[in-house]
Amino acid sequence: MNVWIAIGVTVLGCYAVKLAGLLVPAGALERPVVKRLAALLPVALLAALTAEQTFADGQVLVLDARAAGLGAAAVALVLRAPFLLVVAAAVLVTAGVRAMGVG
Amino acid sequence: MTERTAFRDTETGGKADRAVVRDALGVGVAVGLSGFAFGVTSAGSGLTLMQTCALSLLVFTGASQFALVGALAAGGGPFTAAAGAFFLGVRNAFYGLRLSQLLALPRAVRPFAAQWVIDETAAVALAQPTRRAARIGFFVTGLSLYVLWNLTTLLGALGAGAIGDTGAWGLDAAGPAVFLALLAPMLKTGTERAVAGLAVLLGLGLLPVLPAGVPVLMAALAAPVVLWADGRRKGRGIEG
Repeated sequence: MNVWIAIGVTVLGCYAVKLAGLLVPAGALERPVVKRLAALLPVALLAALTAEQTFADGQVLVLDARAAGLGAAAVALVLRAPFLLVVAAAVLVTAGVRAMGVG
Repeated sequence: MTERTAFRDTETGGKADRAVVRDALGVGVAVGLSGFAFGVTSAGSGLTLMQTCALSLLVFTGASQFALVGALAAGGGPFTAAAGAFFLGVRNAFYGLRLSQLLALPRAVRPFAAQWVIDETAAVALAQPTRRAARIGFFVTGLSLYVLWNLTTLLGALGAGAIGDTGAWGLDAAGPAVFLALLAPMLKTGTERAVAGLAVLLGLGLLPVLPAGVPVLMAALAAPVVLWADGRRKGRGIEG
């Protein structure tokens, strides 16, 4: 039951914020500084998410095979590889490093 | 669109519809397939098949879904777990702000389009040069990702027992790789790079001391801080 409560609250909360963003009147975003901020916020959020999902284990910072995987993804990006190949490189290198018993 | 206008679009630096669809499908398929990792993780955390599929169908924002099942598996209460997932979802409101203006969707369509406002659809739509291309990018990314994410969630949950440890397969690296691939094209100038760098420092630095989901929100402060510093450095308004 607890799990269903958690799911219900999450569903409502996550949908509400998605809708809220879309419903803000366009005029509210006319000022250049607001436009600039709205363009930079996703940069900040994506960067923080990338770092946390690579280096966090719960609330502890760790350096493990995921870092090698992310490095492989970065190299693939620099080489202008297609999206799927970037993700595949990260997954394969992470699995490979773990198979060798590191991280 | 006629052949002629499509050609002119290409000439003027715009993108032909087909190129937008190809980019959108690339993102939709790659990220959609990572629903498999979520299905496996969720089932491994003790959620039932119904609960796992309900999350992908109704929440449909990967980071929040992963955060929720992680917190529940760690023994968190339902409201604490949901709060972490919610905080991670708040960033979608920022994407919505931007998309609302760019897509200019009819009001009646917005409640339906809202479910697709996530990192990936925002990244693809925001990268397009015209409203038409942005709408195509948003729709194709949203549809392909939604369908695949839910299908692979189901497969992952069904196959969780057979796979065993998802970590051994490196599937936990798919999420950050996806975020990095979405972020990379946005890092055009020094301002964007400074924002990204400061956000990483804030996100990782605050991680040990704040509840799950909150450090990422605090990292969003990197955007106004860098804008303000830029304005000061240039000796004029932060509008530049």
